[in-house]
Amino acid sequence: MSAMAQTPSSDQVAKLQAQIAAAQSGADNSWMLISSALVLMMTGPGLALFYGGLVRKKNVLGTMMQSFAMMAIVTVLWAFLTYSLTFDSGTSFIGGLHHIFLKGVGLNPDPDYSATIPLQTYMIYQLMFAIITPALITGAFAERMKFSAMALFLTLWSIFVYSPMAHMVWGKGGLLNASLGGRFPTLDFAGGTVVHVTSGVSALVCALYLGKRLGYPREATPPHSVVLSFIGACLLWVGWFGFNAGSALNSGTLATSAFVNTHFGAAAAALGWMAAEWIRNGKPSALGGISGAVAGLVAITPAAGFVKPMSALVIGLAAGIFCYFMVFKVKNRFGYDDSLDAFGVHGAGGTLGAILTGFFASSAINPIFKDANGNTLPSGAVDGNWHQVLNQLVGVAIAWVISIIGTLVLLRFVDLVVGLRVPREHEVEGLDLTQHGEEGYDFAS
Amino acid sequence: MQKIEAVIQPSKLDAVKDALVEVGIEGMTILEARGHGRQKGHTEFYRGREYTVDLLPKIKLETVVPDELVEKAIQAILSAARSGKIGDGKIFVSKIDEAVRIRNDERGPSAL
Repeated sequence: MSAMAQTPSSDQVAKLQAQIAAAQSGADNSWMLISSALVLMMTGPGLALFYGGLVRKKNVLGTMMQSFAMMAIVTVLWAFLTYSLTFDSGTSFIGGLHHIFLKGVGLNPDPDYSATIPLQTYMIYQLMFAIITPALITGAFAERMKFSAMALFLTLWSIFVYSPMAHMVWGKGGLLNASLGGRFPTLDFAGGTVVHVTSGVSALVCALYLGKRLGYPREATPPHSVVLSFIGACLLWVGWFGFNAGSALNSGTLATSAFVNTHFGAAAAALGWMAAEWIRNGKPSALGGISGAVAGLVAITPAAGFVKPMSALVIGLAAGIFCYFMVFKVKNRFGYDDSLDAFGVHGAGGTLGAILTGFFASSAINPIFKDANGNTLPSGAVDGNWHQVLNQLVGVAIAWVISIIGTLVLLRFVDLVVGLRVPREHEVEGLDLTQHGEEGYDFAS
Repeated sequence: MQKIEAVIQPSKLDAVKDALVEVGIEGMTILEARGHGRQKGHTEFYRGREYTVDLLPKIKLETVVPDELVEKAIQAILSAARSGKIGDGKIFVSKIDEAVRIRNDERGPSAL
């Protein structure tokens, strides 16, 4: 008998296709669940340690608690309301209420968002972004805000600033959505505008509205432990692979691009900041190195899934030097007390990264724009599409405006309802004792 | 009996301790301290802000010794703690009226 291949029946083909789909879904889902956990690790312990080390030791627990509180508060809020406000189709500016209490958010994929992973995986992954974004703002008002005011303000901020902005960029029908037909398609791979510009600009508004810490800048407020900050920053770096490479929403080649770019951006920015410090101050500092790395991670975030590795090095280097300049020169020149440099790193780095994404986005990495016939169109200025730089500016401008107005209104409201700042004597005594009745370091026991 | 108090550089502690044991001094108390004499401090930079740190970490060593060991102890500390640079520290010597061993109420130099 000859060994002739039999033509498979249509039943067999269908079965095979189902098995392939299941295998792909399994691979994608496992990467997305790991990424979700990595992004949560960025807030706790990553950001909590990073910020906690930068404050004086009487405020270490109070500062860490502000990040940790977001892990709890935003999660419950997300389940009840803000997931729906962000990802339900709704209007161009904000989502609707069809998914409140996670109604309809099940284990089947929503192909508009991610065709191969359960919608609940998408929901929990996006939640981790919603957690870290308000937590980033806490750096601006460190060492002087009441815990109650912080909790109320950031709850309202999640509803009225984060949800609309995230909906506009990532939600179905959002004004800026590049892949789902937005009016001004803004390229924001993993949250340069949604996460970093909104949190950074809101942070600046907070620093200006609350005013300086007592004694600033006359009294010394040096970091009580750069060691804690160092560990936190390195955890942020690792967690950022989930943040950026996870934003591919699958485990394919785009995730690899984003992973490589993320790492390259961080490394180049660390070198940029340290070099600037070495030249101008005579010494490269540990705090400068880790601050530079975070600035690079911020700037590469919108670009991670759109640019080539060499472009990532350029974006990182630019961010390291630019954020150094914002923190060392601009802050001191204008005298605002952005205590832990949430604006200088996230606002400035996010804005720079969002604009540079318009320059360096390449259709060879991610063919996101197509014409009616499905042919790939140029992405950024390197492809010849200079118009994209304008779209990026529109996205950045909207993020700035919504953050400034939203934050001002909400701060005013919270100020009237509960008051924003702790009393003078509590500020002197420290947030740990006055807000939480604890001490971070008890050497007597 | 006399009390010898020496403020020294933290890095010299082990050498000083060994030198004191060498001349027959068995007990001492070590305190982690901060301070400065003529040395003043240094400046540190954190994200562009300059801080002057004028109280530097020091070790304060206290030991009470019989009169005949005082000069030996001073010489031991001098030779072990001296680098010749500013910031090496100081030694203070004072009289002690009484010493009591808590365990058995022993008094005087034999209680040391």
